[in-house]
Amino acid sequence: MTVTGTESSLVDDLLDGKHRALARVITKIENRSPGYRDIVSALHTHTGTADVIGITGSPGAGKSTLVDKLAKSYRDRDETVGVIAVDPSSPYTGGAVLGDRIRMASNVGDMDVFFRSMSARGTLGGLSTATADAVKALDAFGKDKVIIETVGAGQNEVDIVKTADTVCVLVQPGSGDDVQMLKAGILEIGDVFVVNKADMDGAERTVAELEEMIHMRENPAAGLDTGHHGPVDEEEMAEVALDEEDEEAWDARVVETVATDATGVDELIDTLGDHADWLHETGRIDERARTRYAEEIRQLVRADTAGLLEDVIESRGGIEALADRVLARETDPYTVADELVEPVRECVRERDGDEDD
Amino acid sequence: MSTQERETGRQIRCLIAKVGLDGHDRGAHVISRAFRDAGFEVIYSGLHRAPDEIVQAAVQEDVDVLGISILSGAHNTLVPKIVDGLKEYDAFEDTLILVGGIIPDDDREDLLEMGVGAVFGPGTPMEETIEFVRENVHDRE
Repeated sequence: MTVTGTESSLVDDLLDGKHRALARVITKIENRSPGYRDIVSALHTHTGTADVIGITGSPGAGKSTLVDKLAKSYRDRDETVGVIAVDPSSPYTGGAVLGDRIRMASNVGDMDVFFRSMSARGTLGGLSTATADAVKALDAFGKDKVIIETVGAGQNEVDIVKTADTVCVLVQPGSGDDVQMLKAGILEIGDVFVVNKADMDGAERTVAELEEMIHMRENPAAGLDTGHHGPVDEEEMAEVALDEEDEEAWDARVVETVATDATGVDELIDTLGDHADWLHETGRIDERARTRYAEEIRQLVRADTAGLLEDVIESRGGIEALADRVLARETDPYTVADELVEPVRECVRERDGDEDD
Repeated sequence: MSTQERETGRQIRCLIAKVGLDGHDRGAHVISRAFRDAGFEVIYSGLHRAPDEIVQAAVQEDVDVLGISILSGAHNTLVPKIVDGLKEYDAFEDTLILVGGIIPDDDREDLLEMGVGAVFGPGTPMEETIEFVRENVHDRE
């Protein structure tokens, strides 16, 4: 894609390190303003250098405070930081109060921590695309670390953290018994688990439960007596298990922090660094990126074809008229869908035919 | 507003800021909530912010509206600093600045001349403020 006019100068300004341009680009991405696609396309070649860290967890786990302290520590190490904090929006009015900025007290006045609040804007699936594009903007701007912070409550959030290289799940002590840990699907995506507020009662137990859960995740069959006649003694069994294990696999880690006074933050940074090193050494970083780009292409193609099909529906008198015909038993949903997609199918067939000739 | 409109249309973003020493932010909370219910995206700064911090937040968040709540009487020193800061980042031109709180009549004119869009005193109906924002928010390309 080619960029022209305002878009082109916005891209230049962003690459020049102008904060205003970065802010404006993210707004355009959020609004899906005309030309935003060209901008993101133009930025793509400049991305790929930032470490992207996703932080999620239940409300009140202390995510914002921890992100604040993380950003501070990265700054102390002379690294620049971009933060995107995602908050829910009202499904009724679209309005939102984006409150995480209040807790960014350690980085006040430091423009090299670029903090941006984003609201979910009631979109399904669109948010993760917008977040991923905003990450690209921060990456192209030259941020060393990009942190995505989101409340972990459902599928949407899982999608967002998928845009990160390293996923960090925040848990607070006493946030549930082991059944909660089992049913919370979000625990399956963590590379690093942080027990925040580790000075609270029950922190030890939460750490132990997490360790146990991680252990079970790594070897789902461990400890299960399947009744097979396998290796006889325990030592032999352990050896077999070791051989089968992928030596290069990442063992999820549990880190304890007290975000309010930055306890454990350095250890967390080291752990995040270890994970980043592992990603690069094993080549998993490209693997993850490939999966991400594949998914991104799929999403874009789906959105674009959905848009095309909306036009087809309009040209056939609109979705309600079609539904009325189904209601009157004149036709059925499958037939309607078939008819609607037919022109697209024809075009594809025609084109493929041309190419074969 | 339908979901469709929300996905394609522009969302009004506001920063509600408490600057300086006064520690009373009930009004800021009320306006934040009212703006949220009006469908705006609201970022609340928290108490005791310095003008620099407000400028940083307004620039990074790329807000359409900056609402400054001041009850302490320090508006004559604080507001100009914010205005200058926004100009420094080329953000002044397209940010609608509102001042709310206790502002003597004599000072109102000065603030408006400085580039503040409106000054809302105590007892201003919420609808009036929201309507003003809708009508005066700066057009962007």
